[in-house]
Amino acid sequence: MPQDATGRRVVVTGPPRRTRRVPGQARPRTEIAEQTALGHTYVRSLMRSQLRTALTVFAVLVLMVGPLPLVFAAAEGRRITFVVLGFGLYAPLVLLARWYVRRAERNEHDFVRLVEDR
Amino acid sequence: MNSAYTVPAVALVAVATAFVGAFGLRISRTTSDFYVASRTVGPRLNAAAISGEYLSAASFLGVAGLVLLQGPDMLWYPVGYTAGYLVLLLFVAAPLRRSGAYTLPDFAEARLASRGVRRLAGVFVVGVGWLYLLPQLQGAGLTLAVLTGAPDALGAVIVAVVVVATVAAGGMRSITFVQAFQYWLKLTALLVPALFLLLAWQHDGAPRHPFAEPAAFRDQRTVRVDDTLDLRLDAPLTVTVDGTVDGRAHHDRTVTLPAGPHRVTAGTRLTFPEGAQVPEAEPVRPGTATASPAAGAEQRPLYATYGLILATFLGTMGLPHVVVRFYTSPHGVAARRTTVAVLALTGAFYLLPPLYGALGRLYTPELALTGKADAAVLLLPERMIGGAGGDLLGALVAGGAFAAFLSTASGLAIAVAGVLTQDMLPGRGALPARAVRRFRLGTVLAVAVPLVASVPAGSPPVADAVGLAFAVSASSFCPLLLLGIWWRRLTPPGAAAGMLAGGGGALLAAGATMAGLTGPGPLHTLLAWPALWSVPLGFLTMMLVSLATPGRVPDGTAAVLARLHLPEQLRTQAAS
Repeated sequence: MPQDATGRRVVVTGPPRRTRRVPGQARPRTEIAEQTALGHTYVRSLMRSQLRTALTVFAVLVLMVGPLPLVFAAAEGRRITFVVLGFGLYAPLVLLARWYVRRAERNEHDFVRLVEDR
Repeated sequence: MNSAYTVPAVALVAVATAFVGAFGLRISRTTSDFYVASRTVGPRLNAAAISGEYLSAASFLGVAGLVLLQGPDMLWYPVGYTAGYLVLLLFVAAPLRRSGAYTLPDFAEARLASRGVRRLAGVFVVGVGWLYLLPQLQGAGLTLAVLTGAPDALGAVIVAVVVVATVAAGGMRSITFVQAFQYWLKLTALLVPALFLLLAWQHDGAPRHPFAEPAAFRDQRTVRVDDTLDLRLDAPLTVTVDGTVDGRAHHDRTVTLPAGPHRVTAGTRLTFPEGAQVPEAEPVRPGTATASPAAGAEQRPLYATYGLILATFLGTMGLPHVVVRFYTSPHGVAARRTTVAVLALTGAFYLLPPLYGALGRLYTPELALTGKADAAVLLLPERMIGGAGGDLLGALVAGGAFAAFLSTASGLAIAVAGVLTQDMLPGRGALPARAVRRFRLGTVLAVAVPLVASVPAGSPPVADAVGLAFAVSASSFCPLLLLGIWWRRLTPPGAAAGMLAGGGGALLAAGATMAGLTGPGPLHTLLAWPALWSVPLGFLTMMLVSLATPGRVPDGTAAVLARLHLPEQLRTQAAS
């Protein structure tokens, strides 16, 4: 590292950003704001990805919980019911919730990047 | 039970609630403060507040009571209460916050641009809210009656007065502090005694047969039968009777009852010898021939279990006091994260009631006979530990129970009062001062109606009454929210028809069950657990009527859906 680097101030510059829009090539954000048909398509794509994530987690929940009453009805004794229902399900529920939130936030993040054309 | 510690504990909770509420009063100034704390509540405080509000008497007392009465199948209740939040998170949390609405009727109007649907949603909010407030007040009455021998209605009146005072004085902002405080109070009030109870259980040789059928008395125990009931004996039973059995009076005489049904008249004392099996009992109510929905384990078929699962999983999202809390999050992402924290907090709490239920079956089995199974949590510390320590722990539990009644009841009171003020009471005040005064009037109404309704005795157990509220919510608001958020073809006539068919059907079934109009048999099962038919009915009606009225899709649907689903950062940029 050069000795004098600490004391010197450097002005960083760059070329001015082009804010002028190229005609006929609207930005997605504007499409959404102005509620054009293309804008609605963008919103629909976000809704679809969010709904897919939600339904995936919901399916896991149904598969995890749905068969339990049948299992308990078939099982001998009621200790298994007590242990599973009393203490076994809360941690998986929280983990599912955390996984879903991560996915949903990523979906939104990806969508923002797409829309802002970065 | 020794009330020397209990009364101060209950009084302390009430005073502390009022104090924390007053702290909020100093900073709530505008109408917006009143309803949604001006939307500045962070996820952590909000999550504790939501959990504090949600963990009601049904959770604190009712779950253990049901486990005592009917065994571990009843643990579907707390699992459903928690899983309902997961479903809420998946489909509703963020869009609901982004909708910008204050209440469920606000959401209905914002999404469907229809005053009619708004009013109908308001009616259901009030219906579900009152249905849910009723068991809170009854539970409070039971608690105080068991602990101090006070008249049954006194506890209900105390809770009603404290709730009206805190809510009307400070509104939602103060309630947010109160609720957060009460979550931690409730957790402590169950956790600390549970640790001591587990130690006592260990000391007792850790008996491991809590779910042996039937339960047995661990020592000689005298039971006072408060309400006339029918015993069903599988084998002859030798008991000491002081009172009337099968119409014959006995005075402290030991009699052997043959197998079969026996009627024990109210006021009778039965003394069971050590090791005797606890007989199955069914309360006899004047005017009604039916048992409560929770009569006996063998009466709860798989149908009922699945009905319960459906109602709790889908009903949580429509509970008025739950939904109103989501508007206090600053944005959609915070609403999601708040929900995850709520899941963790409620899940942690629900690890405790099963312990009380199992210990209750071992140490207080006679509660199944007296119709006061909900009191198991309150009586266990005295029974298992005894002495001053047991009394102190009992007082802690009693304080926690009152916190449970207060927090849930105030949340419900706010939600119901909000709807009453905005949509039902005549005369809209333009001045903030008048709006606040009307909100206070709404609060009084919101609490007074269930208080009056709670006076007649002979109600179903706390958790079962709550189950009916969930069923109504799952069949009316769940279709409205899910289809409103995810389906662009929903129309106002469809929404109204669906809520009426599903929610109205469940409400009628709940009313018929509670009034005891249904005889025993399949019809009773269908009506006592309506969710399995009323939820699909609500969804189907809503979708079919919407498809049949395609011309009525509101004009702004696409814009509203965009607002519900777009991240806030895009919305603000697009607006600027």
